[in-house]
Amino acid sequence: MRLARVVSIWALLAAALGVPIALSFTSELLEWRGPVYIIAGLAGMIALGLALVQPLLIAGYLPALAGYRGRRVHHWVGGALVVAVLIHVGGLWITSPPDMIDALTYTSPTPFSPWGVTAMWAIFAVAFLALFRRRLGLRTWRIVHMALAVVIVSGSVVHAMLVEGTMETISKAALCALVVVAAIKVIVDLMQRKTRPMRSSSDGP
Amino acid sequence: MNLVVLNRRNLLAASGCALAAGVSALVLPARAQGVAPTASMSGGANNYRKGAPVVERIGKGGFWMTGTVRRAGDGAPLAGQRVQIWAHTVEGQEHEPQSHGATLTDKNGVFRLEMPQIIPIFGQPHGHLAYDSGEFKSVFLRPVMRSAKDKSLEAHFVLQPA
Repeated sequence: MRLARVVSIWALLAAALGVPIALSFTSELLEWRGPVYIIAGLAGMIALGLALVQPLLIAGYLPALAGYRGRRVHHWVGGALVVAVLIHVGGLWITSPPDMIDALTYTSPTPFSPWGVTAMWAIFAVAFLALFRRRLGLRTWRIVHMALAVVIVSGSVVHAMLVEGTMETISKAALCALVVVAAIKVIVDLMQRKTRPMRSSSDGP
Repeated sequence: MNLVVLNRRNLLAASGCALAAGVSALVLPARAQGVAPTASMSGGANNYRKGAPVVERIGKGGFWMTGTVRRAGDGAPLAGQRVQIWAHTVEGQEHEPQSHGATLTDKNGVFRLEMPQIIPIFGQPHGHLAYDSGEFKSVFLRPVMRSAKDKSLEAHFVLQPA
């Protein structure tokens, strides 16, 4: 791959994740938030960013991280996603326990909460099932993971878009759009690939 | 010949009558009962502190919380009712004591309390109000502001005897 292409792909990814997070630090809401609440919000943004990285990794779209290496990193980023969600939920719990209990029990008045909580359970389910993916069989695992990925992506994106928080609206919408486009692209690619014989050349050690 | 013809016109007329009868059956008893009591909103009681003091103003003010308190049934205004108000504002978080205050309704059942600017918390700019004095059933409200830039918010109580 040409160096210019490699550099531009990584630069675009860095911007897609970095710009919304950087702009969130200019939010005036931060002035009235404690450190735990700020960290909880940041963890949510990082989780959304990782939801963009995950499909790119598994499909091998990221230069130097194609094939086996990309899949290894995908596993680690999946673990990081779980940690980010735990920090997000834990931080919000500390900030206002009754609001978090409402959200987790699906009784919250806020329309975005059920989307986020559903995406959270789907993320935990993927992480748990990933440990047993060999026993599940590759075919079953792929179908289950893909179905849960659809839940994760749609849940996270709707959750993020409905929240009125520190994220700047346009950069948030752009990141959400990228998350959706990346997920659709990778799912379509994988489904098409399945109809053809197993790949070999691009998948070397 | 009493032949009932089941064509489209007859069917429409018949269903129209049935609908009218059904709807009026639903509406009429409600009218007989008069003004229905307000139900508590989900999450309305979150971070509530019982017994917040009656104050002239919460903190430095700049934002107005207004509303009315009426009696269920006849809708009569209720004077002297204590309404507690709290929110996440520029002067404190929802659970902190300085974010809480109470006020009393006037002879028209109207209350109005100045408080600091409400800002979004947990993804929505919203306030909390409670009627929790015992004479009537407790009601906890959680109105959401149309815009985080709004300078006022209102909420209305219709109370029923405890």
